[in-house]
Amino acid sequence: MKSATDGILVLLVLTDLMLLGTSRIAALIRLAGLQGIVLGCLGLFVQADDLTLRGVLLAAGSTAIKAGVIPWLLARAMREAGASREPEPFVGYALSLLLGMALLGGSVWIGSRLSVPGPGAGSPVVPAAFFSMGAGLLLIVSRRTALSQVVGYLVLENGVYTFGVSMAREERILVELGVLLDLLVAVFVMGIAVFHIRREFDHIEVDRLSTLRDTGP
Amino acid sequence: MTVESFLPSVLALVAAPLLPGVVNRTKAFFAGRRGPPLLQAYSDLWKLLRKGAVYSRTTSWVFRAGPVAGLAAAIVAVALVPLGPVPGALSFQGDLLLLAGLLALQRFLAVIAALDTGSAFGGMGASREVAFSALTEPALLLGLAAVARETGSLSLSEMLPAVSLASWALHGPALALVAAALLVVFLAENSRIPVDDPNTHLELTMIHEVMVLEHGGPDLAFILYGASLKLWTLGALLVGLLAPGGDPVAGGIVAFAGMVGLAGITGAIESAMARLRLLDVPRLLTGAGVLSVLGLLLVRR
Repeated sequence: MKSATDGILVLLVLTDLMLLGTSRIAALIRLAGLQGIVLGCLGLFVQADDLTLRGVLLAAGSTAIKAGVIPWLLARAMREAGASREPEPFVGYALSLLLGMALLGGSVWIGSRLSVPGPGAGSPVVPAAFFSMGAGLLLIVSRRTALSQVVGYLVLENGVYTFGVSMAREERILVELGVLLDLLVAVFVMGIAVFHIRREFDHIEVDRLSTLRDTGP
Repeated sequence: MTVESFLPSVLALVAAPLLPGVVNRTKAFFAGRRGPPLLQAYSDLWKLLRKGAVYSRTTSWVFRAGPVAGLAAAIVAVALVPLGPVPGALSFQGDLLLLAGLLALQRFLAVIAALDTGSAFGGMGASREVAFSALTEPALLLGLAAVARETGSLSLSEMLPAVSLASWALHGPALALVAAALLVVFLAENSRIPVDDPNTHLELTMIHEVMVLEHGGPDLAFILYGASLKLWTLGALLVGLLAPGGDPVAGGIVAFAGMVGLAGITGAIESAMARLRLLDVPRLLTGAGVLSVLGLLLVRR
């Protein structure tokens, strides 16, 4: 099972890197959905020794939300906002990839320094989880459109999920469900916000909102 | 050093021009054409060698030395790489750095020869070639470093045959990443389609072709032969990583078949893909570098 989890973590890191390098929002959403499926598999493989019905259902549920509901909501928001491409991100794509490489190195360093208790000690889970969080943060700060930033939040949460699913065996369910629900609500709120931004301003580039100000007397 | 140890290098020197022929035949097959004969490259080389060279009065000795010295670098590079389990004619610890250096030297000579003509096109192609190779070189070296770490040897002729089924079982994901990175390096360095189109003669998009535009006769033959040797060298790295080791004779035959298969895959990629926009190429090459880094990190653990 060890090489299977390794392969899944490599897939996670690769999808993160692809997210950093793509300019099409539809591709971003598809990749985020793919990442949801990958994480569902991770949830299954981690508990492969003692597979319970509850565990399988939880993995299936989180996969359904991460790979089904949220991408569907985002795709719908994208269609309504009519934005298919990221116009000029703050940080270019090649530079994003290079920063991703640096982040990867930093995550591996953190992974080697951080002594985690429990079954995940010394495994590649820690670097992969930290890298996913870092890549999500990078997406949030470096992109202009609200939709790409929502995908960034998703990736960030996926990192937390990776950490949780491999480190905590039992308590993770509570933690996970809480985070996932928060996220679902956040995506709802942002979907509505994107829709409103779009209706008021005809675009969803959030950096232009900062130029708004009261023109008082 | 025995006579047999020269066999892979001699085979490479003889059979390298076959690979572009295989690529072109595959492309013709996909397009529904008959295509040029498999041995077309040999005929081209023979035709060019019998011609006289024409030199512009604005060029200096650099322009004349470029093709010859570049071919010499390519020949030494070919001697360094093993063919499957058969070691190359030259090998010592750390020869992977020499290989990268020789490939860089070959490129540098082509670049200064292109700049020496003083034409606008040559300079443009030279600038692009250098810009892209600055990104492929880290990908190549880091990928080889990952293989070196995995096999515990710094010599190409030891480390590539040492990659066996067991190491694939142990570090499969890492080696697959390195192989993917090496494939991108192979396509980019040989000016193949996602990066450069060897058939196009539209100045705005050319990279390699535009650099060698001013050469003619034997000089062009040297450049074409050097390019097919480079195709062989980088292809042998990839095939050496993927091919299982084993008996020298059988493994060598399998590796040669792998080289021909790789040329066929290149032709298939060229038929199925469009050339990337010039501005998107750095993203692809950076991606290859990232794959190499990831492979290295995975092996290091």
